Amino acid sequence: MDTTLLVIQALNGVQLGLLLFLVASGLTLVFGILDFVNLAHGSLYMLGAFICATLTFALGNFLWAVLVALPITAGLGFLVERFIARPLYTRDHLDHVLGTFGLILVLDTAAHLIWGPEGIAVPLPEWLDGQTNLTAEIVVPTYRLLIIGAGLAAAGGLFWLVNHTRLGMLIRAGASNRTMVSALGINIELLFGLVFALGAALAGLAGMLIAPITEANIGMGNNIIITAFVVIIVGGIGSIKGAFIAALLIGLIDTMGRAFLDDIFKIFMSNEAAETSAPAISAMLIYIIMATVLAVKPQGLFPPKVR
Amino acid sequence: MKRLTALALSASLLAMPALADTAKIGFVTTLTTGAAVFGKDMENAVNLALEHLGGKAGDTELEVIFGDDQFAPEAGKQVTDKLVKQDDVDFVAGYIWSHVLLASRKSVLDAGKILISANAGPSQMAGKLCDPNFFSTSWQNDQTPMAMGEVLNRQGVKSLYIMAPNYAAGKDMVAGVERTFAGEIKGKDLTKWGADAQLDFSAELAKAKASGADGIFVFYPGAAAGAFIKQYDQAGLKDELPLYSVFTVDGISLPKLQAADFQGVLGSKITQEWDPSLDNPANQKFVSDFKAKYGTYPSFYAAQSYDAIMLIASAVEKVGGNLDDKDALRAALKEADFASVRGEFKFGSNNMPVQDFYLREVVADADGNWTTKVVETVYEDHIDSFAAECQM
Repeated sequence: MDTTLLVIQALNGVQLGLLLFLVASGLTLVFGILDFVNLAHGSLYMLGAFICATLTFALGNFLWAVLVALPITAGLGFLVERFIARPLYTRDHLDHVLGTFGLILVLDTAAHLIWGPEGIAVPLPEWLDGQTNLTAEIVVPTYRLLIIGAGLAAAGGLFWLVNHTRLGMLIRAGASNRTMVSALGINIELLFGLVFALGAALAGLAGMLIAPITEANIGMGNNIIITAFVVIIVGGIGSIKGAFIAALLIGLIDTMGRAFLDDIFKIFMSNEAAETSAPAISAMLIYIIMATVLAVKPQGLFPPKVR
Repeated sequence: MKRLTALALSASLLAMPALADTAKIGFVTTLTTGAAVFGKDMENAVNLALEHLGGKAGDTELEVIFGDDQFAPEAGKQVTDKLVKQDDVDFVAGYIWSHVLLASRKSVLDAGKILISANAGPSQMAGKLCDPNFFSTSWQNDQTPMAMGEVLNRQGVKSLYIMAPNYAAGKDMVAGVERTFAGEIKGKDLTKWGADAQLDFSAELAKAKASGADGIFVFYPGAAAGAFIKQYDQAGLKDELPLYSVFTVDGISLPKLQAADFQGVLGSKITQEWDPSLDNPANQKFVSDFKAKYGTYPSFYAAQSYDAIMLIASAVEKVGGNLDDKDALRAALKEADFASVRGEFKFGSNNMPVQDFYLREVVADADGNWTTKVVETVYEDHIDSFAAECQM
């Protein structure tokens, strides 16, 4: 195992972690502040990807498409909150799960009807499509660096928004004591709608960023939503800092597991056994981490201070 | 009213003559999830076959009932059970996925129905689990990658990196190329598959690049194909690590790859038992009518599904619609007396086709559409490696 490969795989892990953070941060905000379990969060990720893919062909440029698709996805999130989530707030979590699971089926089928079953491959502008030499040895696809940059920028923006703005203050207050915030004359319904829209935009952004790599696909959201739940459980539900650290941790562990586990297994078992067991174990790795965290620290690694 | 209908129904059932005037075919494929795109292509081919047949085999009406496997073995088995028990079909055909076919085979065979695979070719069912009632109009999974291994030897490729999804067919594909490829295998990755398949191959591609292999062999059907090719392109591996694939670049992925202008795929090499350019009357009719009706080139999934319906129709006609005499029906199927889109078509001892395999190249056709053309014949009348294990 040489250092170059280790660095490249670490970058791959960070990139996966940041994408996970974008999805998980929205999930943790909605769950932590609205106390609402949104299984359909992954569908917003899928819609972001599809809308951005369509706009890329319409506008002829991927980056413009992202800028236009972001407010559209946020708007969709706002509508989902208004018409689907809001009537369910007073019900228990099981009803949330049932309602939003139904929403997943509706949105997947809607995507099937609108865009067809085959998915959309998204072309990138020339300057993003090549590779960048970080050093003579370390060569990575340029677009992966853009994902890392965009992910860090979105994370930074979110921290600033939550910790240093009035809206962020209200969000934090809403997380601590919802009733008190509304008693102080804050329009809590609007606040909830905005939080939901923010979460949708972040998930949509993750979908848009991944689309040029994996294509926009039906059901792509159901894939990532499970990992995103693992992230918020490990990080502590409602904690953005927890989601950030847990997302990077999960991204790195998953990537490193896929990259090096078979080589590690080969040290103490036969080649064939290693090749068969390594993919199975590396697919389980993040769930093993989650189970361990739940056993040792059930409230997650960084639970929010006041709940 | 309901009771009346039920009465009328049971009366008509009792009055049914020994000769079935309708042969019922259950067709199981993937109609939801991202993999629905193959299912759609197969469904189109089945409908085209019915249209070409005028909906009849001799005097017997053909009725096709489609079932959705949702890209999952348990759902595939469930819909197969429904077709066998509730719809009481005579044939169950289709099946894209080896793990779905393996899960569903017992439901069909235990009920004494005929099972015809139009795609999946798991090694088990060509060998130990072969059955007189099971036929295939596709191939055994190992054959296509074996042909690719042969091509690699001829082209002087000395070492290879292998990537495939971690499920029954992925393992067969890897075993196939390993069986014939004479050089060194530098590394191998089996990635997560199913409805939540892994589509980001950054870690694997970085490993492949670092391995220093002469080429990379992959099997990524469907949605994963576009994802893989894009990332292969972005990682700039085209010159360093030439791509050799099976079932990855096809009539389904090419239009999408062309729409996104992934030039990297032009010129890449594929092995397959069929190609839209094959020069025989049945194929030309199939390809031109398919293009006229649906606007795209048919994929190999479509070609095999078309053949499956044509095979069934030929057998039904041969037995004069008498589907109760299973021995005669099996014999009629085994004769494979139909005009296959791959030219000559015959079954081996294990009811798998004995057929040619071609090396194909991705090219742009006269209208600028991306498609494939045959470069050379790699194997003639190839028999799969599991036929000897089949006792029946």
